Amino acid sequence: MNIIIIEKMSKHYPIGGGKFTALKDIDLEFTKGEFTGIVGPSGSGKTTLLNIIGSLDTQSEGNVEVMGNPIRKLSSKKAAKLRSQHIGFIFQTYNLLPVYTVFENVEFPLILLGISAEKRKEAVLDALEWVGLSDKAKSRPAQLSGGECQRVAIARAIVKKPNLVLADEPTANLDAENSHHILKTMKKLNEKLGTTFIFSTHDAKVIQYLRRKISLLDGKVSNDEIINEDDYDL
Amino acid sequence: MLKFLAKGLLRDRTRSFFPILIIASGVMLTVLFFSWINGYAMMLIAENARFETGHVKIVTRAYKELIDQKPYDLGLMNVNERIEVLSSEYPQIYWQPRIYFGNLLDLPDKKGETLSQGEVIGFGVDLFTDSYEQELLNLKEALSNGNLPTKQGEILISQEVAEKIGININDVITLIGSTMYGSMAMHNFTVSGMVRFGIQAMDRGAVIVDIADVRLFLDMEDSASEILGFLPKYNEDTTFEISSIFNKKYTNKDDEFSEIMLPLRTQGQMEFLLATMDQRMGMFIFIFIFVMSLVLWNSGLMNGIRRYGEIGIRLAIGESKGHIYRSLILESLLIGIVATIIGTAIGLIFSYLLQNYGIDMSSMLKDAKVIMSTTMRAQVTPTSYFIGFIPGVFASVIGAMVSGIGIYKRNTAQLFKELEI
Repeated sequence: MNIIIIEKMSKHYPIGGGKFTALKDIDLEFTKGEFTGIVGPSGSGKTTLLNIIGSLDTQSEGNVEVMGNPIRKLSSKKAAKLRSQHIGFIFQTYNLLPVYTVFENVEFPLILLGISAEKRKEAVLDALEWVGLSDKAKSRPAQLSGGECQRVAIARAIVKKPNLVLADEPTANLDAENSHHILKTMKKLNEKLGTTFIFSTHDAKVIQYLRRKISLLDGKVSNDEIINEDDYDL
Repeated sequence: MLKFLAKGLLRDRTRSFFPILIIASGVMLTVLFFSWINGYAMMLIAENARFETGHVKIVTRAYKELIDQKPYDLGLMNVNERIEVLSSEYPQIYWQPRIYFGNLLDLPDKKGETLSQGEVIGFGVDLFTDSYEQELLNLKEALSNGNLPTKQGEILISQEVAEKIGININDVITLIGSTMYGSMAMHNFTVSGMVRFGIQAMDRGAVIVDIADVRLFLDMEDSASEILGFLPKYNEDTTFEISSIFNKKYTNKDDEFSEIMLPLRTQGQMEFLLATMDQRMGMFIFIFIFVMSLVLWNSGLMNGIRRYGEIGIRLAIGESKGHIYRSLILESLLIGIVATIIGTAIGLIFSYLLQNYGIDMSSMLKDAKVIMSTTMRAQVTPTSYFIGFIPGVFASVIGAMVSGIGIYKRNTAQLFKELEI
């Protein structure tokens, strides 16, 4: 089942009197449960593509549908609702809220969804257990290592059990050991919860975990390949 | 969500401490300024009522026209009978006749020839029938030398005048003026005591004599310049209401000697002074809200910049811009309320101190023409407890609303890009 459909999609940005084309004629489909990486050099359009899929931005041309929602037609409020209910984000710089504890950071998306305190607690503890941080629930982000911070960010992204998690360069700030740990965690959650993961990356460590690799070059899809699962070193 | 925001505020001191400090300081100043103005107004009303205006005053229409000159020749007649009628018509008001007169005070030497002279303002008040006037004029506390008059023919002189002219206790002085009918009048009085009121307009040249002596001196049998009325507690609306009823009944535009009642606020410069104070308070609150809003707007912008990352992640997680905007306003409301409570508490402490101890302003009031105490005091009223909430909460919320517009108006993608997520 396709949860994301992208047809003839382009994205332009006005620059001076003209325009800069960040993405051009993109045709892609993503099915539920994918573990896909969008790879390419800096400026190739990876983050722009993720932002459009995540309804943080809209395309200039073409059609993008995420879980049946046409991105361009969504109002700001409906886009926020789509993100709140169905999409989790993981960022390169973790972006945890520094004044809140690990527990509270993970709890925040559930507060926005209006879930009761009791259910929130249960869900947050589950999410922390999935990422192996149950013992850090009361810590503040400043007391954690980079790897732990990113695991908290993963817990925050998956605590509401979204259909889709978008991760923008999730291992760029991590060392090799932590990167593998993070990727294994995400892979495990992908298999356990059936959540679709889409990464933007140019990290070779990430690429070896992918089932599907989409290569972008100068805003165009240069390659879209399925990687044999048997090759994974999990 | 409220709990979540409150936790953030409590833990992030830069988000809460600076705005609370600014607002609490402003609210403290507002409460103090309000109490100060209030104390000033109360003092002005109380002092002027005691010495000059009463809460209401009855005079003839002709007297009113020249009221600044205190023309006792245009005064009221049959005063005792009028006070009886007034007391039955307005039992809640205490009525007191008074005669104000400008005179020459002459201090003779042993041979009876003039040793020195000076101009004085005389107060003819009821010193012996009951103690109300003595209490009203605070004579016991004002007595700086000698004794209060105990019999007819005795006079109280302001300490300042006595020192200037060289008068001692038990000296016999002569007041020289003119009678109600224009003849020359002279009367000897024995100085029983000297007074200092701490009110420049009084201390510059007042003499106080029993009204019966003044009537004899000025040939004003059963007459008075004015009849002053005092309510148990001053209430401006009541004074206007009573005056309106009285004037409909007694004022005749064809008779210049018909009576007219004047409420305190309409007398002399009181209207101007009280209106000015009301205006200044209003202006102060407006300026405070405006300036604080600008400061807090700026502070909100700085805070917004500092919290760009947080706002970005909240957008990504699925919080709408409207929700973020409302939460920023809610935060500012919490900050405004907490800061206002703190500022009000501190402001009230200073106000109570100022109410109890006051500040000596005598050097600034040397030439004051209105009757006012030289010790300025604040006056804490129930309004003092909540006046700060208007600027405190408004400034905080307006500051947040203005600074948050940037987030609300900006395109999500553009904002997200600026947030450097």
